[in-house]
Amino acid sequence: MEPINEIKSVITPLNQKNVDTDQIISKEFLKRIERTGFGKYLFYHWRFDTEGNPIKDFVLNDERFKDSTILVAHENFGCGSSREHAPWSILDYGFRVVIAPSFADIFYNNCMKNGILPIKLSVEEVEAILSKEVYNVAVNLEDQKVIGEDGVVYSFDIDPYQKKMLLNGWDEISLTFQYEEQIKAYEEKVKL
Amino acid sequence: MAKTIIEKIWDEHIVYEEEGKPDLLYIDLHLLHEVTSPQAFEGLRLNNRKVRRPDLCYATMDHNVPTRNREQIKDVIARKQISTLQENCEEFGVPLANMDHPDQGIVHIIGPELGLTQPGKTIVCGDSHTSTHGAFGAIAFGIGTSEVEHVLSTQTLWQAKPKTMEIKVTGELGYGVAAKDIILAIISKFGIDMGTGYIVEYTGEAIRKLTMEERMTICNMSIEAGARAGLISPDETTVEFLRGREHVPAGEAFEQEAARWLALASDEGATYDKTVEISADEIEPFVTWGTNPSMGSGVSQNIPYTSDFTETSDQQAHEKALAYMGLEEGMALEDIQISNVFIGSCTNARLSDLRTAASVVEGCKVHPNVKAIVVPGSKTVKKQAEQEGLDKVFLDAGFEWRESGCSMCLAMNDDIVPAGEHCASTSNRNFEGRQGAGSRTHLMSPAMAAAAAIEGHIVDIRKFQLYLAGV
Repeated sequence: MEPINEIKSVITPLNQKNVDTDQIISKEFLKRIERTGFGKYLFYHWRFDTEGNPIKDFVLNDERFKDSTILVAHENFGCGSSREHAPWSILDYGFRVVIAPSFADIFYNNCMKNGILPIKLSVEEVEAILSKEVYNVAVNLEDQKVIGEDGVVYSFDIDPYQKKMLLNGWDEISLTFQYEEQIKAYEEKVKL
Repeated sequence: MAKTIIEKIWDEHIVYEEEGKPDLLYIDLHLLHEVTSPQAFEGLRLNNRKVRRPDLCYATMDHNVPTRNREQIKDVIARKQISTLQENCEEFGVPLANMDHPDQGIVHIIGPELGLTQPGKTIVCGDSHTSTHGAFGAIAFGIGTSEVEHVLSTQTLWQAKPKTMEIKVTGELGYGVAAKDIILAIISKFGIDMGTGYIVEYTGEAIRKLTMEERMTICNMSIEAGARAGLISPDETTVEFLRGREHVPAGEAFEQEAARWLALASDEGATYDKTVEISADEIEPFVTWGTNPSMGSGVSQNIPYTSDFTETSDQQAHEKALAYMGLEEGMALEDIQISNVFIGSCTNARLSDLRTAASVVEGCKVHPNVKAIVVPGSKTVKKQAEQEGLDKVFLDAGFEWRESGCSMCLAMNDDIVPAGEHCASTSNRNFEGRQGAGSRTHLMSPAMAAAAAIEGHIVDIRKFQLYLAGV
């Protein structure tokens, strides 16, 4: 996966709690056998009406955010189904960072596996960001900081192992193969 | 030191641990289906890797398969996904219950049926309802496709140790109240993210009294409360369910395994990071009226008013949900008109669920405004139901009797709820568009869905006999 460290962009504000993965990528789009090509289906039923025309009020159709690589959402983002197609569509659409006060566990893990940086800030901090009309930020994973164009600095926590994986873009499976001895030892011990 | 079952199983499965890293856990059982596996197998192919332990894998086709006219799958892309799984399993040596196989069914129904699911195991699948298997006292959780590839290649997963939560269900279920109502009540009371970061264990006298199928219903929806996994400690009920099943040892070996399983139960005095409690005595038959599983109430209640919520964001979420569902605040749940009924899904498509639904509808007719389908959870469930004549009961009442699959739970196949229509469903999610774009889902128990099919609106099952008598 692509390594990630510094990302600078206008934020895309999605001010909604409990956004589930059925909304992020609807099931009719899960039939592909590739990992790519899901970006055009991101938030499909919120983006387009039944005739396929863009819905004016939806944030992804707002011209001001069209080059945005940072999505900001509210609590419990990515809840529901474990479909990794959700982060795939987010990544394929062009986002590299998602900021929210909390994420569903499986979605959070899936982001990490795809080089998307999920950042947890407090509810107050996220609401402050979402309250601005247009807001540019600079994300720095190494320093664990999000710096707003108004100079406000938001710090975030991240598991050190996950951080290393994202910074380096390492393939986790190759890493695990370094533990072949331990895996074999376990299988022998348990007589598997 | 007193340990919870979660800690016992976790500690037993550590292949490698190191400060500052997640634990490397061994995976005892890897279940697969056609939607979340193709990219994983492709990854193996691209990197020239084999499946490390095909003998610890088991695959089936469930999400995409039609529940009728299976010989000709009309959807070209679905057909491709299904044939891809067939090819992948052949190439990599993974056992597969395909559509012709007698054991085919919804993956979380066939695992326990076949005795693959056992206490003390770590079980994963590219599907969030993998939590179902926790009913046996296993650590079972859903994973994404990248992790599916990781397990196929290494039979392990890096996992940060979650916190533990006890959900204690005291008291006794009242008449007409089902296991489904327990989990819907828990999610409604505590919220859809109460379990985020936790593995939960359901305890208490009300849980102990449940059958294995009822326990599976509860554990199935642990993910809807945000939990990574949900377990119930094994007991004699667990042992008796597994006795004689295909992948379980026999004779003396079984007795030894059974003793080991029972010893996995949480120790007296074990502590959890958090404990919450709910009384079964207070639980009513439940119905969801909104667009996530927590937006539900007891059937005798009315839909909350927007002004009942204090936070602006909650008020807005409430209004948005009601607008989508085409419902009014303050409305009585029993006034909600239903035009579709789905009895099925990994939550409630087992034999006991079908027996319950059949006993409700026997001698009645499906309401003329309603299209109702029953989708057995597996070929085995279907066969057993037919042996008992349940299919005849449903067909005589005017239900459609289908082949096994995930069906209308998520409408990836051709069982779709049309836009704007309301469906009484025994499934597990009522998100916007879940059962079809613009569809309106109401989650409930099999008895409640069966009664709604007859009356054409939400009905309090406890009063159903009175309705029939014209009271």
